[in-house]
Amino acid sequence: MEISCKLLYNKLEIQDKLGDSMEPLRVGIDIGSTTIKVVVIDQQNKSLYQSYKRHLSSVSRSLKQLLEDLKSALGHQPMRFNFTGSAGLRLAKAMRAQFTQEVISATKGLRHYVEDIDVCIELGGEDAKIIFFDGLNIEQRMNGTCAGGTGAFIDQMASLLDTDAAGLNAMAAKHTQLYDIASRCGVFAKTDIQPLLNQGANKEDIAASIYQAIVNQTIAGLSQGRKIRGKVAFLGGPLTFSSELRKRFIDFLKLTDVFIPEHGEVFVAFGAALEAKAAPQTIDEVLKKILEYRKQYKDSLRKTMPPLFESDEEYQAFIARHRRAEVKRIPAKTYVGNAYLGIDAGSTTTKLLLISEDNEILYDYYAHNRGNPVRVVREALIEMYQTLGEGVQICQAYSTGYGENLIKHGFNLDGSEVETICHYEAAKYFNPDVSFVIDIGGQDMKCFKVENGVITSIVLNEACSSGCGSFIETFAESLGHPIERFAQMAIESKRPVDLGSRCTVFMNSSVKQAQSEAASSKDISAGLAMSVVKNALYKVIRAHDVKEEYGSEILVQGGTFQNDAILRAFEKETNIEVTRPSIAGLMGAFGAALLAKKHHRNQPSTLLKTHELQQFNYQTKRATCHQCLNLCALTINIFNDHQRFISGNRCEKGAGIKVSYEDVPNLYLYKYDKIMTYEHQDRPYAKTVGLPLVMNMYENVPFWYAFFDTLKVNVVLSGRSNKNLYERGQDTIPSDTICYPAKLVHGHIEALFEKDIDFIFYPNMPFNFVEKSYANNHYNCPVVAHYPEVVEANMDHLDMARFFQPYLSLNDQNRFVNTMHKLLKDVLPTSKSQLRKAFKRGVEEYYAFRKDIQTYGEFALEYGQTHQLNSIVLAGRPYHVDPEINHGIPKMIRSLNVVVLSEDAINHLVDTPSVNVLNQWTYHTRLYDVAKLIKSYPNMSLVQLVSFGCGLDAITSDEVKRLLEEDRQLYTQIKIDEISNLGAVNIRLRSLLSTMGGR
Amino acid sequence: MAELVYHDNRLLFTEEMRQEYTILVPQMAPYHFTYFVDAFTSEGYKAELLTTDDYELIHEGMKYSHNDICVPAMLVIGQFIDAIKKQGLNAKKVALVITQTGGGCRASNYIALLRKALEKAGYSEVPVISLNAGGLEKNPGFRVTPRVLHKLHDAMLFGDLIMTLVNQTRPYEVNLGETNAVKADIDKALQGYFKHRRLFSWKRHKKMSQKIIERFSEISVDRSTPKPKVGIVGEIYVKYSPLGNNHLETTLEKEGCEVITPPLYDFFIYSFDSRAYDIKMYGGSKKEWLVLKLAIWYIEVRRQKLRKMLEKAHYAPGISYKKIRSLVDGIIDVGTHIGEGWLLTAEMIDLIHHGAPNIVCTQPFGCLPNHIAGKGMFKKLKKHYPESNIVAIDYDTSASKINQLNRINLMVSNAFRQLEEKNHERKV
Repeated sequence: MEISCKLLYNKLEIQDKLGDSMEPLRVGIDIGSTTIKVVVIDQQNKSLYQSYKRHLSSVSRSLKQLLEDLKSALGHQPMRFNFTGSAGLRLAKAMRAQFTQEVISATKGLRHYVEDIDVCIELGGEDAKIIFFDGLNIEQRMNGTCAGGTGAFIDQMASLLDTDAAGLNAMAAKHTQLYDIASRCGVFAKTDIQPLLNQGANKEDIAASIYQAIVNQTIAGLSQGRKIRGKVAFLGGPLTFSSELRKRFIDFLKLTDVFIPEHGEVFVAFGAALEAKAAPQTIDEVLKKILEYRKQYKDSLRKTMPPLFESDEEYQAFIARHRRAEVKRIPAKTYVGNAYLGIDAGSTTTKLLLISEDNEILYDYYAHNRGNPVRVVREALIEMYQTLGEGVQICQAYSTGYGENLIKHGFNLDGSEVETICHYEAAKYFNPDVSFVIDIGGQDMKCFKVENGVITSIVLNEACSSGCGSFIETFAESLGHPIERFAQMAIESKRPVDLGSRCTVFMNSSVKQAQSEAASSKDISAGLAMSVVKNALYKVIRAHDVKEEYGSEILVQGGTFQNDAILRAFEKETNIEVTRPSIAGLMGAFGAALLAKKHHRNQPSTLLKTHELQQFNYQTKRATCHQCLNLCALTINIFNDHQRFISGNRCEKGAGIKVSYEDVPNLYLYKYDKIMTYEHQDRPYAKTVGLPLVMNMYENVPFWYAFFDTLKVNVVLSGRSNKNLYERGQDTIPSDTICYPAKLVHGHIEALFEKDIDFIFYPNMPFNFVEKSYANNHYNCPVVAHYPEVVEANMDHLDMARFFQPYLSLNDQNRFVNTMHKLLKDVLPTSKSQLRKAFKRGVEEYYAFRKDIQTYGEFALEYGQTHQLNSIVLAGRPYHVDPEINHGIPKMIRSLNVVVLSEDAINHLVDTPSVNVLNQWTYHTRLYDVAKLIKSYPNMSLVQLVSFGCGLDAITSDEVKRLLEEDRQLYTQIKIDEISNLGAVNIRLRSLLSTMGGR
Repeated sequence: MAELVYHDNRLLFTEEMRQEYTILVPQMAPYHFTYFVDAFTSEGYKAELLTTDDYELIHEGMKYSHNDICVPAMLVIGQFIDAIKKQGLNAKKVALVITQTGGGCRASNYIALLRKALEKAGYSEVPVISLNAGGLEKNPGFRVTPRVLHKLHDAMLFGDLIMTLVNQTRPYEVNLGETNAVKADIDKALQGYFKHRRLFSWKRHKKMSQKIIERFSEISVDRSTPKPKVGIVGEIYVKYSPLGNNHLETTLEKEGCEVITPPLYDFFIYSFDSRAYDIKMYGGSKKEWLVLKLAIWYIEVRRQKLRKMLEKAHYAPGISYKKIRSLVDGIIDVGTHIGEGWLLTAEMIDLIHHGAPNIVCTQPFGCLPNHIAGKGMFKKLKKHYPESNIVAIDYDTSASKINQLNRINLMVSNAFRQLEEKNHERKV
């Protein structure tokens, strides 16, 4: 839908209508982040003219065109103009024109049409809004920064599925099931969708799940405790054009009364027209002002950076320098001898490379998955066989990348290898002394450091930095440029715009701002290249000086680095001349091929032959694994009607494999089971207290169990977390950027109220037990400490009289007893001496619990040593034992036959009094302590679990890393949120294990 | 050359350095920090306030700090490193000062982050001084003597006073620029004020304050068209620092609003009070408790006098700490004192009570305490005060300004609508 211009009456009719009126027409112009809408209305508020256009890169140019169209329809008569929309703000201010904020315009428009609207949901290209009408009291909300870019997100997802917005809607209509897709933001959602695509999930289901993610995001981010019910209006482009998105909203919110205006896409412009009060102007006068604005902003763009190349000579030298790292190609038709195949089934692209005995390229292939990697590999293989001469014998074929197992099973390859190992193999080929390899692919970034021929540290991006590469590509496409052309534009840029580097959602917003400031596409392209590089350097690698920390023998690779602008930006920012192999995008496949050659057994590969490929038949089915409570959503790939390959499973059970290492100790599973026992199943007493099993309750529940048991009160826990429980509480979450463990609290409280309990007990606890005397303090994090306040303030649809949230510390018996005495006096009159007794028993039970965990921790340590198994200290917080929070990662590690320890099970074995930060949070003190234990045990490594949004871990992760590196140990971090990309976690852990040795 | 002395691996600021070094002070609250620097200079320190506002400094911050850390840390670190690199300062002759609040918020760790950043940037020989009330770190060359303390106290009072006066005058001034000119005059006069040798001179302070109020009263104003009042609350750095909040005060005034920024002193009193609260609730030294309570009492006596003076001159004087503390009864417990804690909620209620239900709640992206006392309380406030018109703005080095402006614009539009309705009611 490039442009839709609609004249509701013909010119004569309009002139006719105008004839008898002196009152000028009113024009509403809505300039959103991706589109411009114009509506003209007459005295009776009747719409005479409307148009809708995507403004692509230039707001002012598109606006000019729209106004000229309008002029040819309506002529020179003066009209009242009113602007609205996020991108119109600056323009209108600069022109000194009337401006009405878009939510106000929407409200105005709605009020005009219908009186009894309760809620309005408007989704735009960049912002999402909800308006609650409650008599005269109107509450308007807009999404937070993280949740930006709804419309832009739909476009990107559509292009990921190889279609457009309309196609996505058509696909979604045919869905049969929904997947859980992260709803925190577009980047997280994409991180979930990629692996689904790679696993071969149905596009129809993915399309509908994308819409569901938007629904969840809108509700979790914007309802904030207010119920969306009654008569609901849908506004904005996405909701107007996508019937399936509306359907998802209607189904999920169980709506019965919905208002969809006839021209929802221009509705806000209509509202603005209603509000137009400015002195009448002719279109020519307005056009003149727009031109002035354009000129003015061209000169005053503030956030610009130096160009990528100062001169053409510089550019030519750069091109010449990078021509060096090439791999020879020889014709495959005439080659006689052994050949080795590498297939890299990456997140967005599939790469194939066939090499000769002398490492020359016989055949190479690079293509987008287009949502179906299996199909792509099949086509590539057929094509490959056609190009090969008689004398070529494929001896061995290896796969790597996200889809390595799927491809290996589907096409009968001889082996597979973790991608980092493949990349190192390939990098060595170009530079045997390589000290650092950085790979930026479409979705992921990986880098690793090499010391003495061994990979010593692997850094993979976490979700926030995902998708930078493919973002540039889809963005270029949305502007109508192929990526090569877009990269070339960056090189010509004179003043790159600074677009920030937090993530692609933020970058997208910044691009919109730059566009509304009339920045050129060239400058935006160069700015994006810089942003991607800065994201890699400062967020992923976390290096302030790459040369000093990683040496100067750097090899860059991955599809994204084929963009010269990005390569240049990287060299400029680091001040190092790097090597970029000519096959930068094929390095994984090249490495796999080299490894295939290394491991070949002098016999033909089992790889499917041409005729087998011709008959190749492939289907997918979906199932849910019910072997445990993780309820993995499985994708069953069926090849040739009988061979099955299952993906989506966390452990071997889901794949139908018999388990052989049940008895390998896993502290996370042990602890979780233990915690679950602190409950009175049979309720022997008269009164019952409900404890939400959230946050620090995972640490303190033994105390509370014994405490209440002594007072003869049943303890009932809220139960196990799951997605469903989360969704039940999501509409009362006030802050969308808070961590997932905190968001889960809402669901647990809802669950507790449904259990037959007398009161809920959830104390505010700013302090913990004093555990180590050298710590500066023993705080809880702000969210852990005071979340009960948030519950009380936001869940008032529940009976808050039964919700007890005292302020307590367990360090001082007397104060504790006094507070509890006062608190419980109505519901549970108890003497102080009884409370004292209960307190003592609580403390005893707490320490007994800790002792038990510690004993098991020591046993696990010992077990790892005597059985010579790798051990991983999965260091996080007490609440990370919740499988809904850790996403079954402990189980996944166990399936790799590794002992899993938790930080609180072994921190008593070591003291780390000297740290470089203020050591004031008890749970973090444990992290610092265990970091210093790692070096004492061979085959042990630390993996830190970090919840997204945990502000404190910005401090702890750096310090834990420093402590480990001091002892020459590896640091690995896994970021988790509502949903975690287990594919990436798997790659990360396997890469880590491959560097650890052990059995 | 001053010798580098270490204690527990920490580089100390020595007596010798006091003579030779320039202490760089990050700009946090423009109304107050100018006078803090004046106070220190008058005591023989060489101190310089960093007023750089160039967005380039953000890059230095990003380069040398963890990118998930909150924006105040990134900006302060960026401002320091940028200053050392670009302003031609001799890195061997400067020290940095940073406030350290203590408490469960990560802000207590800024100083550690700053040291790490300096080390990475190759400035490990630059001493970092902690300015704190809790005795967290001590330096032989930087002692907060009773006199320094009292000067800081005066500076704080002047800062709050002048901020109040400017905010209530500038939107209505007849001759554009007059308010700023008056403020510049007063700033100059205050430099002289701090040079005075005498210690506790309440009379002098009172006279100076009176003079300041008079000078502002002389500015010709036109208050016939009421302007919507908009309050700024939030995390302490982005609330006051124009660098942190993209010049929010100016933006709002340009939109035609009168800005109310609650006094900075409240935050400090709140910090003392929080410490006292913890001692009482969870244990600690009784003596410390008494000292804290006495300090609060003393400060409040002095502030009460100023409030009286303001009231007499027909300015909105603000309310006492005790009163503001009582506002959160039944809303949030005063035990919530991590970061800005309950004070943030209380300030919003105070603003609503005083005709400013229009509020920008500022926070760094991902600010932990604001999840609780800021965004976490909006719903409850809306319930108690349906007229509340609060917008939460996240500040981040990567956030797009237009998004912030658009949200502020929505809040301002509603403020104008509410004002119109009120005027209409009055006429009827």
